[in-house]
Amino acid sequence: MTDTAPAIELKGISKSFGPVQANKDISIRVMPGTIHGIIGENGAGKSTLMSILYGFYSADAGEIWVKGEKTVIPDSQAAIRAGIGMVFQHFKLVQNFTVLENVILGAEDGGLLKPSLSKARGVLKQLAEEYELSVDPDTQVQHLSVGHQQRVEILKALYRQADILILDEPTGVLTPAEADHLFRILDNLRAEGKTIILITHKLREIMEITDTVSVMRRGEMTATVKTAETSPEELAELMVGRKVLLRVDKAPAKPKEALLEIENLRHLDGQGVEKLRNISLEVRAGEIVGLAGVAGNGQSELLNVLGGYADATGTVRVNGREIPLSGRGCDGMARRAAGIGHVPEDRQREGLIMPYSAWENTVFGYHHGPETGSGLLMDNAAIRKEAAAKMERFDVRPPDPSLAAKNFSGGNQQKIVLAREIERNPDVLLIGQPTRGVDIGAIEFIHEQIVRLRDMGKAILLVSVELDEIFALSDRIAVMFDGRIMGVRDAGETDQRELGLLMAGITEDPGGDAYEAVDAAMDQKDHREAARHG
Amino acid sequence: MDRMPAWADAVLVPLISLLLAALLSALVILGIGENPIEALKLMVEGALLRSAGWGYTLYYATNFIFTGLAVSVAFHAKLFNIGGEGQAMIGGLGVALVCLYLPWPHWSLALVAASVAAALFGAVWAFIPAYLQAKRGSHIVITTIMFNFIAAALLNYLLVNVMKPEGQQDPATAIFPAATHLPTFQDMFATEAMPLFRGSPGNVTFFLAIAACLVVWALIWRTRLGYEIRALGHSESAARYAGISPVRTIVIAMLISGALAGLMGVNTAMGEAERLVMNATEGAGFIGIAVALMGRNHPIGVFLAAILFGFLYQGGAELALWTNIPRELIVVIQALVILFTGALDNMVRMPLERVFAARRRAARKTPAE
Repeated sequence: MTDTAPAIELKGISKSFGPVQANKDISIRVMPGTIHGIIGENGAGKSTLMSILYGFYSADAGEIWVKGEKTVIPDSQAAIRAGIGMVFQHFKLVQNFTVLENVILGAEDGGLLKPSLSKARGVLKQLAEEYELSVDPDTQVQHLSVGHQQRVEILKALYRQADILILDEPTGVLTPAEADHLFRILDNLRAEGKTIILITHKLREIMEITDTVSVMRRGEMTATVKTAETSPEELAELMVGRKVLLRVDKAPAKPKEALLEIENLRHLDGQGVEKLRNISLEVRAGEIVGLAGVAGNGQSELLNVLGGYADATGTVRVNGREIPLSGRGCDGMARRAAGIGHVPEDRQREGLIMPYSAWENTVFGYHHGPETGSGLLMDNAAIRKEAAAKMERFDVRPPDPSLAAKNFSGGNQQKIVLAREIERNPDVLLIGQPTRGVDIGAIEFIHEQIVRLRDMGKAILLVSVELDEIFALSDRIAVMFDGRIMGVRDAGETDQRELGLLMAGITEDPGGDAYEAVDAAMDQKDHREAARHG
Repeated sequence: MDRMPAWADAVLVPLISLLLAALLSALVILGIGENPIEALKLMVEGALLRSAGWGYTLYYATNFIFTGLAVSVAFHAKLFNIGGEGQAMIGGLGVALVCLYLPWPHWSLALVAASVAAALFGAVWAFIPAYLQAKRGSHIVITTIMFNFIAAALLNYLLVNVMKPEGQQDPATAIFPAATHLPTFQDMFATEAMPLFRGSPGNVTFFLAIAACLVVWALIWRTRLGYEIRALGHSESAARYAGISPVRTIVIAMLISGALAGLMGVNTAMGEAERLVMNATEGAGFIGIAVALMGRNHPIGVFLAAILFGFLYQGGAELALWTNIPRELIVVIQALVILFTGALDNMVRMPLERVFAARRRAARKTPAE
């Protein structure tokens, strides 16, 4: 392998945004025909590096070599000409175009569409057979499941004859079976001699599929190792810079009476589409119920309804008392008064007011309580003092209550939200994506706090798209698909495979490789979706 | 991290913008063949060096404080209230009704009642656009602008057809009864030996405006309502999560905003004209936008910016009186100030930020030896 030129070689790439240095003197060699993983925490500079490679940013210093030739990539057109294709985390597809139209967009030959479309149809058919990349070419993208949309992105790159493919966090939105399928596609591509760069923060994926892995931390490339010669523990340490515990220590749950009872919950979104279909679920004191599922299957809506800012029909009881699901008395403050704490999925859009100082945020949603002052006025000095104590207890860094929320790192922002919600001692705690965008060091701490609250006899409903997190924390696991709960399992009596199938809406294990069954289920969902919109 | 020290953000940026505007204005004055230094001297003399000049400057500033505060309060909820003009007109109507049709033994009682009426009328005028925005999503900029026209038309109708005393030529109400006349600065501070503020319209309402600054400051930064208004302004999704009702908060913020704009009517109708005339607002509702922008939506900033614009108004009037510089040029100078302090804010801010960032970097590289 040493005598062939690397498919991609970056030499001394540096890039800063104002005072922030996103990439510091990064050098990397990606050999052709391999899958090269780039792993690192959020903000480590992975995406910046790939954006430089794809021509979105220009590096302040350094060189890019493609297939042994020094190349300048001023824009994405140049990257495509150099044979580089990129599959973004957030897809760049035109929602009301068909698959075929999306594929030729920007790569049409001549002024008339017809010849391009028929050519693309042929190429797509061939690619589908070659790499198990089948998607109905005439369906509008908006009706496709996320996994299928991702395939369209890959097809787009291949149609443009990319032989170097960059995938940015590709499995974040997939069920485990879909992720497996994606990896098989990547395997096929590698066998055909294509080069793949896989950006992820999931250690398991790196171990499963890559040949070589590069670790980034705080803008620097800390190591490049052969995957076969490393371990998840070593990679985690390289990512964080210290030893980390990859699992959660917790005793078996001792559940008592039900604190949160949900019966026949239904919710329609603004367009009148049913997002929650007859949900029934129970969370008992002293247990963590994990809600697994691919993003967009109704978990967010369930949290919004329980949190008091989306209307629904049905019955919800907290501590035996029924709470209103619409109209008066259905808002976040009433929910808090009823004993529900809520760590929302998106702390930046919901959980925090970003320009507010930390101390102002520690009473957000509780700002009418007696401890924030009497009458119309707020007792800012008292709130600030209490905030400082809370930040101390939750290890928020820096422990400065006057600093604006936007100036804390993701993990510390999350700790501020957790401190606020947990310290009120709620009977029921809703937690959405507790560790999304949170550095590994803080993940440990956050998981400990959640388990501690459980052991205090509280009921915890955990929503996460990270199946590993669901497994690590939950005592029981409920799986959502298409607005329904497909099943509830004891965490000790289920496995990735069963949950993965439930996440695709399959309750009967088809046996053998599950790819086809999952694919068929997703196809069905696509068609239902298309039919629903006429 | 914050890029600039707070003092630079609050003082340096507006100051430099102001200097740039002054420089450009000087060029314009030079261009029409007048001496800019002389012009500045005249403005300062006319507006600041004589007590009567101060009387005018503070009279105008009082108007701008009210409308500036009105814009600021709404802006904290991310609402752009351009309707200060109309709300102030209707506020003046409230003042006129109270002064003309109720008997008052003493001006102080009349002032309290007229203030309540002005605030109430202004708030009512702001309520409809607020409700439409909160419930139906009709854009507040569009509706408040339209309400300015409606207010002007309504006032026109009332003054010409209803409230004008018989036999009077100009569209205005009768003079308010003497018991409702507010003490001017001259009444309050002039003595035999020191005839201060002679003939100038500055009056006790100025102190009402200062009180309004204090109340708005406490409202925004010390009350739960202010906390909710600012929270909604920063993030509606977060407000919903917390249980803050966007509809309720939008309506309340606009009611307060309208009330503040309405209070301006006390100054113009009761303090100066002592009757309600057409077009008493003279565009102060719009100047309020510039005042709020320049004052960073903070009552202290609004107060200072209002004094500055009061100076420009009064100094401008002096220029028109004593030189060949036409009145329109004064508007140009005011526009330049607005342009630099409001619209071109980043032109000054960004280079300054860079300077401060460079200084910080230099400080970090050379630690104390």
